[in-house]
Amino acid sequence: MKLFYGTALPNPLMLGTAQYPSPAILEQAFRTSGAGVATVSLRREGAEGAGAAFWKMIQDLGVLVLPNTAGCHTVKEAVTTAHMAREVFGTRWIKLELIGHTDSLQPDVFQLVEAAKILTDDGFQVFPYTTDDLIVAERLLAAGCEVLMPWGAPIGSGRGLSNTYALRAMRAEFPEVPLVIDAGIGLPSHAAQAMELGYDAVLLNTAVARAGDPVAMARAMMRAIEAGRLAYQADPIEARDMAEASTPVIGKAFLS
Amino acid sequence: MLAPWCEYENAEEPVLRLGQQAAAWWQERTAVERRGTLVVAARRDLPDLRRFARRTEGFREVGAELASLEPDLHGFSRGLFFEDEAHLDPRKALADLHAGLVARGVRFHHTEAPANLPNVIDCRGLGARDTLRDLRGVKGEMLVIRCPDVTLTRPVRLLHPRIPLYIVPRGNGVYMLGATMIESEDRRRITARSMLELLSAAYALSPAFGEAEILEVGVDLRPAFPNNLPRIRRIGGRIYANGLYRYGYLLAPALARGVADLALHNIRTEMVDEDRD
Repeated sequence: MKLFYGTALPNPLMLGTAQYPSPAILEQAFRTSGAGVATVSLRREGAEGAGAAFWKMIQDLGVLVLPNTAGCHTVKEAVTTAHMAREVFGTRWIKLELIGHTDSLQPDVFQLVEAAKILTDDGFQVFPYTTDDLIVAERLLAAGCEVLMPWGAPIGSGRGLSNTYALRAMRAEFPEVPLVIDAGIGLPSHAAQAMELGYDAVLLNTAVARAGDPVAMARAMMRAIEAGRLAYQADPIEARDMAEASTPVIGKAFLS
Repeated sequence: MLAPWCEYENAEEPVLRLGQQAAAWWQERTAVERRGTLVVAARRDLPDLRRFARRTEGFREVGAELASLEPDLHGFSRGLFFEDEAHLDPRKALADLHAGLVARGVRFHHTEAPANLPNVIDCRGLGARDTLRDLRGVKGEMLVIRCPDVTLTRPVRLLHPRIPLYIVPRGNGVYMLGATMIESEDRRRITARSMLELLSAAYALSPAFGEAEILEVGVDLRPAFPNNLPRIRRIGGRIYANGLYRYGYLLAPALARGVADLALHNIRTEMVDEDRD
């Protein structure tokens, strides 16, 4: 598995920590699935350490913490939130999210590149939430990012991978860069598909937190991710238009 | 709100089961409106309404009937009607409870508690954190508005992917709009964003709410345990009742009964999760 800024992830499942029915269920979802990375938002809870009780629970999960800048709309907000995250969690990792469109929560890629440069220069290790645009991806890498997190579909939409052509192209274009599908996953089959495309990890939140049984869904996601990764490593067959018999038929009495 | 079926959409089973006792209990002590709850969603959020329906029970689907149930609701074609739910005015309920206890000879001390009491029940909410270490505060923000132009006769919930809102009629054109749930212990004041979200949601229910007068802003913390369910603990001779989270009026009767069972009869009911000297 590729390293994320020099760190090996225990497994490819990154799980968000918002919207669960209770912190107890959140904890069970992590324990049962074995997810190795927890993303956590600071923007709304943050004022002067007021979210400390919740953050401590996240830290007590004993997994890698990836703080995010969810809810930020400007470079300035995102940079401030990143600094707060570094202070609270003692990590240089930051998932950089800069929202450009209120309804689709599409990232504002222009501000994203700008903020990524500022934060990288300041010693942060940036995980940018981006679109599947290859040129934006290049710019982010040029700004110092060593990980890319393209969207599968809009945040919370549960639509799966909207543009597999573009995601496949991104994998092919950047074979050495750790790539994470971030957002849009609704079902385990979507997560498996992301891994089958050769992605290195999947980040999801709503699909698990808002499922009727979040703990069971977290497990299902982990199994799907493992299946998808194994399938990718196993070098799957190419799809064909015509049947190809798996057992030779010549010499058998199939015409009789 | 006494809404066990609606709350069950995102809560564990005891909320549904124990919450169903609440309306009858309160009705013996204060005025309870039994007019049910309506749950609606904007056209583009109808998947959330279907999900809500799948996750709970005790409702019937309504379409055209919406207009007769609440004529002032604007622009909704479908909803869920939880006919057996109820609501009360929390402040009046507390005052009535207080008056009822005084009438039974209960004395209230507003400063220090008298010494040498045989039973001490600690209901200090977050104040009891010195002993109950797994208690946390969850921020909630609400507004009280007056809008005589709109008539709603029962609580209405508006589903939305990010902002679940409810509006509860308090009578005389006054409504309570609630409530945010933020994993933060900042109890100082409402944020602009929260107020904007609450008011936008009200506006979505009926544009006439745009003319409402804002009477009051409420901000405080809900004491909660990790599973968001209330707990009774007896530690060092003191009984702690805490963690009602967002189910204060809904689960208080069951919690109080559990405390009484423990204090008077030494019976450990399901809410008791710790009992040690």
